[in-house]
Amino acid sequence: MTVLDFSTTLGNAWFASPVFTASGCASSGRELAQFFPLHEIGAVVTKSIMNKARAGRAAPRMAETASGMLNSIGLQGPGIDSFIANDIPYLLEQKARIIVSIAGESIEEYAVLARKLRSVAGISALEVNISCPNVENRGLVFACDLDASRRVIDGVRRATGGEIPIIAKLSPDVTDVTAIAQGVVDAGADALALINTVLGMVINLDTMRPHLGGKTGGLSGPAIKPIAIRAVFQVHEKLPHVPILGMGGISNGGDALEMILAGASGVSIGTASFGNPTALMSIQSELKELLVAKGFSSLREAVGFAHRNQESESQ
Amino acid sequence: MMAEINRNATQINATIVGNKRVGQYHQLIINIGEISNVCKPGNFVAINVGGETSKMILRRAFAISRVSNNSTFGGTMELIVAPFGQGSRWLCSQSEGAVLDIVVPLGNAFGIPTTPVAVLLVGGGYGSAPLFGLAEVLNARGCRVDMLLGASTAGKIYAPMEGKRSVNSLRIFTEDGSMGQLGRVTDPIATLIEDLNIAVIYSCGPMAMLAAISEITQGTDVVHQCAVEESMACGIGICMTCVLPVADELGAVSMLRSCIEGPVMDGANVLWKRVGKVI
Repeated sequence: MTVLDFSTTLGNAWFASPVFTASGCASSGRELAQFFPLHEIGAVVTKSIMNKARAGRAAPRMAETASGMLNSIGLQGPGIDSFIANDIPYLLEQKARIIVSIAGESIEEYAVLARKLRSVAGISALEVNISCPNVENRGLVFACDLDASRRVIDGVRRATGGEIPIIAKLSPDVTDVTAIAQGVVDAGADALALINTVLGMVINLDTMRPHLGGKTGGLSGPAIKPIAIRAVFQVHEKLPHVPILGMGGISNGGDALEMILAGASGVSIGTASFGNPTALMSIQSELKELLVAKGFSSLREAVGFAHRNQESESQ
Repeated sequence: MMAEINRNATQINATIVGNKRVGQYHQLIINIGEISNVCKPGNFVAINVGGETSKMILRRAFAISRVSNNSTFGGTMELIVAPFGQGSRWLCSQSEGAVLDIVVPLGNAFGIPTTPVAVLLVGGGYGSAPLFGLAEVLNARGCRVDMLLGASTAGKIYAPMEGKRSVNSLRIFTEDGSMGQLGRVTDPIATLIEDLNIAVIYSCGPMAMLAAISEITQGTDVVHQCAVEESMACGIGICMTCVLPVADELGAVSMLRSCIEGPVMDGANVLWKRVGKVI
């Protein structure tokens, strides 16, 4: 029996498993710890944290859609100081690997966050969320603008001094996601996270007005999986050496494998945990079984496999 | 405190052992084995709906109306389900023997007075269901329990015969007068607080009813424990969608999750007028 090497790397960070939580879908880990040990997954990617505490958007914040859901949370959170004081120590106590997701309203705020996190021990990587759709001003979605994206990543890079891998989280709501990907990699991103939610809307038939308090929301769940697979495939094709954390509608081992074949080095599980608190565990074991069944001896061999043509495979 | 989020919650496959129509609602009895021992009035359950190929990806949350630790099936819980939405219609169509993927118990519980005091239970629509299990617990504590139930019309009142055993009195109000007295369930509350020397009001039902009760108890010594119902995606505290604006002792307002910091909240602390607004 062959032993499967299930480990992966994002930049210089090594993880025993390629299955992670998705930021904004696991809070800071405490809620899921009742259902599985947090150290058994690749890492906990924490909910995007801002410099100050934030209340977020008005309710209703949620609408279920066919095979998906819209959310409109608006980055509710306790602020970075409380997060560093309370959440990081808890995750370390659980022996969880930690990827901290940060979000800012300005280029400077991202740099401030990165500076505060630089000296915190036990963080494996920073996810720089430049693509949250639930902000009042679409101009603040940095990932929709090439120059703004580059400047955010450049600022974070300077603040961390290259000590900790930077993962830039991108939006699918752009004309050419590969151009934004190239831009943030040039600016110093070590890895990419694809995709954030897709901007959407539901009209309530009773009120005949937009259902969500924030009017628009981010669409997630199986409904967006093909968009995510496409985005990962396109970016991996253009930047084959840049590791990608793939996400968007993954709810079983087959979905995870699809994402890896498209070019992802790891997968994040978000909305699936809402419907199934043990989703990460089942996806992890199904993915292992599938990799072995397909004849792979390591996860790494499967990354981007869909790009190899039939001839090179038979050689 | 924070380390205990979702304590006791377990994901299990549970069998439906009873499904009966009661007026406009369904009474579902589900075998949950020994978990029934840790379920308390106020707790809820999150149920996967629609089967494996369903396009409904989110669980549905239901208040546990009552548990039984020694039924013929072992531990069971009772749910009163209104088949008004796609997910609850699917659930009500499941027959005895069907197996459900459930997460239980979730949420906090109603606080039970340490001394026997007079309490008033107020239920709107099928929100009355968990109040009957609560009445049994309060009754066993020696409390005097009086109950008010209200709905728009007779068909939406849930008041099982056996439920009346644990209450001192039960009055029903409908807005169309088709059952009980014509009027709103909140009409007699102020008078009852005085007449019966009510110490605690327990309520469960639509948000407008909970807000109206909070207005009545404002400035009095009456404690108002209400079970809120805000639409939730996960039920376990990770999605942040079911939040309500709540003030702490110092007046600081935060958006609390009704799934893990509720569903039972102190009505005096909820900022009802700011629900649905940016705080």
